[in-house]
Amino acid sequence: MISFKHVSKSYTGTEKAVNDVNFEVEQGEIVIFLGPSGCGKTTLLRMVNRLETITEGSILINDQDIGELNEIELRRKIGYVIQSNGLFPNMNIEENVTIVPDLLGWDKKKKHNRYKELMQLIGLDPMEYRKRFPNELSGGQQQRIGVIRALAADPPVMLMDEPFGALDPLIREKIQDEFLQIQREVKKTILFVSHDIDEAIKMADKIVLMRDGEIMQYGTPSDILIHPKNEYVSQFIGRDRAIKHLSLRTIAQLQEEIGLVDIDQSIVDSKQVNVHENLKDTLAMLLNQEADQVIVHDDNDEVQGAITIDRVQRYLHLEMRQKPAQAREKEKVIE
Amino acid sequence: MNEYLEYLRINASYIWGLTVQHIELVGIAIIIAIIIGVSIGIYLTTNEDLAETVLAAASVLLTIPSIALFGIMIPFFSLINQGIGFVPALVALVLYSQLPIIRNTYSAIKNVNPAFIDAANGVGMKRRQRLVRVEIPNALPVIMAGIRTAVVLNIGIGVIAAFIGAGGLGTLIVQGITRTDMYSIVTGSIVVSLLAIIADTVLLLIQKRLTPKGIEN
Ligand SMILES: Nc1ncnc2c1ncn2[C@@H]1O[C@H](COP(=O)(O)OP(=O)(O)OP(=O)(O)O)[C@@H](O)[C@H]1O
Ligand SMILES: [Mg+2]
Repeated sequence: MISFKHVSKSYTGTEKAVNDVNFEVEQGEIVIFLGPSGCGKTTLLRMVNRLETITEGSILINDQDIGELNEIELRRKIGYVIQSNGLFPNMNIEENVTIVPDLLGWDKKKKHNRYKELMQLIGLDPMEYRKRFPNELSGGQQQRIGVIRALAADPPVMLMDEPFGALDPLIREKIQDEFLQIQREVKKTILFVSHDIDEAIKMADKIVLMRDGEIMQYGTPSDILIHPKNEYVSQFIGRDRAIKHLSLRTIAQLQEEIGLVDIDQSIVDSKQVNVHENLKDTLAMLLNQEADQVIVHDDNDEVQGAITIDRVQRYLHLEMRQKPAQAREKEKVIE
Repeated sequence: MNEYLEYLRINASYIWGLTVQHIELVGIAIIIAIIIGVSIGIYLTTNEDLAETVLAAASVLLTIPSIALFGIMIPFFSLINQGIGFVPALVALVLYSQLPIIRNTYSAIKNVNPAFIDAANGVGMKRRQRLVRVEIPNALPVIMAGIRTAVVLNIGIGVIAAFIGAGGLGTLIVQGITRTDMYSIVTGSIVVSLLAIIADTVLLLIQKRLTPKGIEN
């Protein structure tokens, strides 16, 4: 668990790059620092492995104040991924990947085995790439090597500063998926900087939404989309917050809440979809092909029913209007 | 032309002897200069205020006419009975090589991509580890370029050493001037140039070998 306690940072004079930040990160969560350029995301991240000093307040990892730890040891226990060029150009891929184990004094065999294991994790042939240098790899491959380098010594905490920012959208999505897959296995506590709201919605367990060094809202993506706390937050997440929210929900969840509709047999050419598909893509499918229904299958390929635009709209209404209203009612009662 | 070839034939072993002497003088000077210059260059990266002063001083050194610098050495080294000969010549050459070596070492290390430095700190390298594993390897081509400049400079300036009795190829030129012996002057000049070209080529090859494969463009 990582706790930020009244953390502030000023580089020069009185202006604060980070201003009295307070929040806690649970073990195994991905928390994304989100906000416009210059709002202090990188600064906040870099204070965790003490690449930046903390001006006021403290950061605790498992109740241990990081200010009291040896900074070299601290950094070796925290994986760190940066946007571009983080790989050492003078070292080959294997040396790059195993740099932290090497600094920690692992023996040759253990390092090599770990290298092979990590390369398999990202589906690159360990032998083929071993002796290659970073400049002989594509941007996407370099970025993935950067990620496994941070994982090499199996650190409990990872810091990632716009790790996929420099990639083109297609590759980025692929690597995001791959990364989420890896995270499901390794369950690291991850602090992740992004300024891409879609990336944050897709990857985050929680989002820290920032402005001018201060936290505007801290919560789950769904929380932030459904109850933006103030004008700034709702502007930042955009008018399409309802649609964005659909990407967090699956057909299965809709089915549970309001059920599917019966299949209209008169429509011949209907698309098929799995029940775990997210609602945003399902809606896109309905809109694109101008079909009135999409037929829903479960994992055993059994037909569950059909879904229509109308159905999606009803679900959205429920999620965005009725539920928040109920929640507000409840709050009032408690008060 | 035949006459000149005859001159070369007769003096071959004498010329060879002077060439070896020249190589020795410049070789030893450059080894000492590298050790001192690279160390100072690296140290200066940790001390900004001193860096400016030292680089300025090294620049001034280079503007002193070489013959004057050799001359200045004489009274100092007379104090330890080494006024003329090998030692003052060596010291003068070492001083002359400092600017290119210090400046290149300093600026090469200063100019290593900050992202690599950041990554080095981020993975938990200590200062020394960062220097040896990241900064120096990435700065190497530029450091080597400074050393090459210094070597070529020294081979040329090494000629002056003859004036203070340190021998070397300058001897041919000095003798040629005093005896108005054209052949001697020409031979001395050609061999010095050849030496410079060969040294530069060899060093370039060494530089290519030493440079980590990943940082050649
Ligand atoms: N080394 C530094 N010295 C002085 N000021 C700095 C330094 N680094 C950052 N700042 C300032 O601190 C503020 C926050 O910067 P920071 O890099 O944390 O922003 P960011 O949210 O990561 O932005 P971006 O999305 O552009 O990376 C900015 O106003 C920036 O100018
Ligand atoms: Mg940043």
